Amino acid sequence: MLGAAGAKRAAVHRVLFLASIVVLAACGRDQPRALRPPPGAATGSVRIHEPARLTSIETGELDALGRPARVACATCHTLRTPAQLPTTVDELDEFHQGLRFAHGDLSCASCHVAGDQRSLRLADGSAIDMRDAMSLCRQCHGPQHRDYERGSHGGMTGHWDLSVGDRTRNHCVDCHDPHVPAFQPTLPVLPPRDHGLTREPSRRNH
Amino acid sequence: MSGSTRRVALKVLGGTLGAGAFAYAGQPVAQWAAGISLTETLRRHYKELTADEIAQLLRRLEAETKKEHGVDVRIEDVPAQEGVSFAYALNLSVCIGCRKCAEACHHENNHDRRTNNSYIRVLEMEQGSFDLERGTADYDHAVPAPGKYYMPVQCHQCDDAPCVKVCPVEATWKEKDGIVVVDYDWCIGCRYCEAACPYHARRFNWRKPEIPAEEINPVQGLLSNRIRPQGVVEKCTFCLHRTRKGLLPACLEACPTGARVFGNLLDPKSPIRWVLENKRVYILKEELGTRPRFFYFFDE
Repeated sequence: MLGAAGAKRAAVHRVLFLASIVVLAACGRDQPRALRPPPGAATGSVRIHEPARLTSIETGELDALGRPARVACATCHTLRTPAQLPTTVDELDEFHQGLRFAHGDLSCASCHVAGDQRSLRLADGSAIDMRDAMSLCRQCHGPQHRDYERGSHGGMTGHWDLSVGDRTRNHCVDCHDPHVPAFQPTLPVLPPRDHGLTREPSRRNH
Repeated sequence: MSGSTRRVALKVLGGTLGAGAFAYAGQPVAQWAAGISLTETLRRHYKELTADEIAQLLRRLEAETKKEHGVDVRIEDVPAQEGVSFAYALNLSVCIGCRKCAEACHHENNHDRRTNNSYIRVLEMEQGSFDLERGTADYDHAVPAPGKYYMPVQCHQCDDAPCVKVCPVEATWKEKDGIVVVDYDWCIGCRYCEAACPYHARRFNWRKPEIPAEEINPVQGLLSNRIRPQGVVEKCTFCLHRTRKGLLPACLEACPTGARVFGNLLDPKSPIRWVLENKRVYILKEELGTRPRFFYFFDE
């Protein structure tokens, strides 16, 4: 009696399982638009890009393929753990020589932890992983953090519609050099040459 | 006798010269028309085409692109999504005028390489002025320059679009998701729309776009970035071949300062809604009543 009921239940489960597979398959992204979830039903994920500079440093040399060669921080710092941090950028050596610093009145120790290159120090003294650097930035840059959270600062790539696919957000450090965070002047690309646009120099400010 | 012969001879000479001159004067038109097939001339308006006819048209255009440029492309006709109404906002507080957006547009939308064409014109403006006519687009010094700010201008996808109203053949119209499109095969190239647009957002193909085969973007939309014929008007379509599939526009992805915000106005949780509800928003030439879907905003 019990065995028969168990078998029946197992059969029902099997049918339900197969039906759920059919339903899940029907929700696939290759289905016609009408069968997809409506825009706004977010199933895609938002990932924050991880900049290489949080875990490695440029050497100024090129590798065998002609790309800028980077060296992981851990390559040197697992063997050498300086007991204290420099107080000015002039005391830096090797790869760190020539580092420019223009970020408020901060000093190295405001963010860095002596002897542990993988960590950063928050204002309350607690250490965080270098890759969580954004938690450190937002201590001072609240409005920017708020705008970032709302999607109006920092930029992104991928999908605006998270019901269709994923999105990658830029990390603070993707755009801002943490040591010189202000944007540096750059030359613009793609000068326009379309019809009627390039004016005679004398009429430039007509 | 001899008088009438001379008269006949002069008539024949005059007629021959006239016909020759007419043929010579008509040469550019004949050359231009040589590139247009009979099917193209006889085809009906985009809105009157059935799904089958559109499918045939797409395959024909793909074959023509293959023949002309030697590239396999995929041309799609992506319809407007239900429940989506697009809008764009641009942060004037952070734009540095690097023109990366214009460059991304240039490549994404298969623009003519010779003219560096792009649907985006980045204007360098005097701080404190909103006079478009005083902005320069061909600046070539390091940016951002002191005392200046930068205002990228592209199609504002107006809800009351002057360009749509002036088109004598209805070759341009507003779609359900707010995007203003052009049927390139229906456009007669009169350029009324270009003159009517207060944002200088429309471009005319004076010549057939020239693009090296390896640089052609093979992901194309019928009403957006397919390689345009000569003599028609084109414009920004919010990258509808991308955005109607849920992707972000190419100019937004390229922006190195995150100045650009794009999304669905009907989604109350979208970034674009947050910007429009919480930021100081500026509408360019608002007084014209064109009701744009492109907004400028400031951080403070």
